[in-house]
Amino acid sequence: MKQFRKMVYPYLIWSTVMIAVPMLLILLYAFTSEGNTVTRFLFSLKNFKRFLTDKTFLDVLLRSLRIAVETTVICVLLGYPTAYVIAKYTEKVKMRWVLIITLPTWINMLVRTYAWTGILQEDGVINSILGAFGIRPVAFMYTDFAVILGMVYNFLPFMVIQIYTSLTKMDYSLIEAASDLGANPRKCFTKVTLPLSMPGVISGITLVFLPSVSSFCIPRMLGGGSYVMVGTIIESQFLTAGDWNFGSAISLIMAIIIMISMYITRKVDKGEKMEGATQS
Amino acid sequence: MKKKKKIGSGIFMGLIVLFLYAPILYTIVFSFNEGKSLTKFTGFSLKWYSKMFANNTMMEALFYTIACAVLATAISTVVGTITAIGLSKSRKVLKNIVEQVNELPIMNPEIVTAIGLLMLFSAIHIEKGFFTMLLAHIMFCVPYVILSVMPKLRTLNPNLAEAAMDLGATPFKALTKVIVPQCMPGIISGALIAFTMSFDDFVISYFVTGNGVSNISILVYTESRRVNPSINALSTLIVLIITVSLVLVNIIPQLVARKNGKSAGVENI
Repeated sequence: MKQFRKMVYPYLIWSTVMIAVPMLLILLYAFTSEGNTVTRFLFSLKNFKRFLTDKTFLDVLLRSLRIAVETTVICVLLGYPTAYVIAKYTEKVKMRWVLIITLPTWINMLVRTYAWTGILQEDGVINSILGAFGIRPVAFMYTDFAVILGMVYNFLPFMVIQIYTSLTKMDYSLIEAASDLGANPRKCFTKVTLPLSMPGVISGITLVFLPSVSSFCIPRMLGGGSYVMVGTIIESQFLTAGDWNFGSAISLIMAIIIMISMYITRKVDKGEKMEGATQS
Repeated sequence: MKKKKKIGSGIFMGLIVLFLYAPILYTIVFSFNEGKSLTKFTGFSLKWYSKMFANNTMMEALFYTIACAVLATAISTVVGTITAIGLSKSRKVLKNIVEQVNELPIMNPEIVTAIGLLMLFSAIHIEKGFFTMLLAHIMFCVPYVILSVMPKLRTLNPNLAEAAMDLGATPFKALTKVIVPQCMPGIISGALIAFTMSFDDFVISYFVTGNGVSNISILVYTESRRVNPSINALSTLIVLIITVSLVLVNIIPQLVARKNGKSAGVENI
């Protein structure tokens, strides 16, 4: 069977060039400051210093994190009940609902986000409905609300599917056992169902938080040209300002923040499990 | 009490469906609007469709999107399958290295992958355009193909390929006649993921193309700044393409299964 081993080599070369080298380039550019054509390696922390000492950039970072956290929380609050209801349906209905939830994600994200621009306009559908109740038009577009709405809309299905998967994998005899032992439905949920579905919630959080913190097309389309998030700064550094060193440094900082938050989420999940183990 | 709960969850699920589908429906309705407004429906007309088909940039973007998705899917499916089969026979060290590298584009935010590629292409002086977009798409599609073929390979009996070769099959024949057919479901689902990833991609394409080449996502993004109802027509067309292909993908396996079921039944007799 050794003759098949050679089949890996072409991809080994390809992935080195196309995946590993670009990541190294980001590192190289982030730690140098010589413009877009790096000819010699001069180690410098200038880019990081610029980011961490400028209050406007730090504000943008904090705002991106806040928007991403809010998006994630709303996705959990909407996604959990949805997944829970679907998991209770019969087998056939379940499959239909999974299709209903996932179908929109197959349609281009830009197209679906663009649709909201019409709905949220000042003379749009939502404001006409509000107007019917005598409420004056609200400016939805170009606000935090519009951006968070766009993100929740795009990423909610990921959350639902992750939680749904962990709920269906659950052993239902455990709930029966709990209620036989005298737990009321509420206790059954908080002590059995919720802890057992936590892995799904955690992977759902990962799938929602990561794209929302780094997104730049949703803030641009629904937040307007002057709405700044980390993703839009990186974009402008590369495509308009042309400062690749600084742009690389920002993306490195963002990647590190994402890694740390993923690590913390996983740790919290594990910590909870340990607690559960000691309690029993 | 139970009935009340049922009505409550019914209303909740209805609202979720409304939330997920209202924008899509809105786009479809307004693609038939007579006026230019995105908020007031003034009358039925097909003029935005004729405008869309007459618009060269839109038709070009559609062509580039489909061409890129087809090519990227074909190439990444072949490369991914070959690599996955090779990996299943490789030593653990090599396997771990490739798996770790593959994690990078999956775990990294898209924008990070995108700027990395942008810098790579400019470092080796490849002009940005369709070719760079295709290369980038192959790059992020292959890991998904490998991920969906690997589990199938793990369940495969290694003796089968061995036996085929003992019986005189060349390694190539053993590969195409024994191993590949057995992991076909994984290969097909990998190809599907690759196709939709490529078809829908915006961030990476946006950074690595240039010179007037754009795909649908880039076009929608740049056009969204001004009012252009042709975008609604284009969106409706995309919704139609995706829905039809999803229906086909869901129905064809059922038809094949029915056919296979019949022939399997014949064999049993």
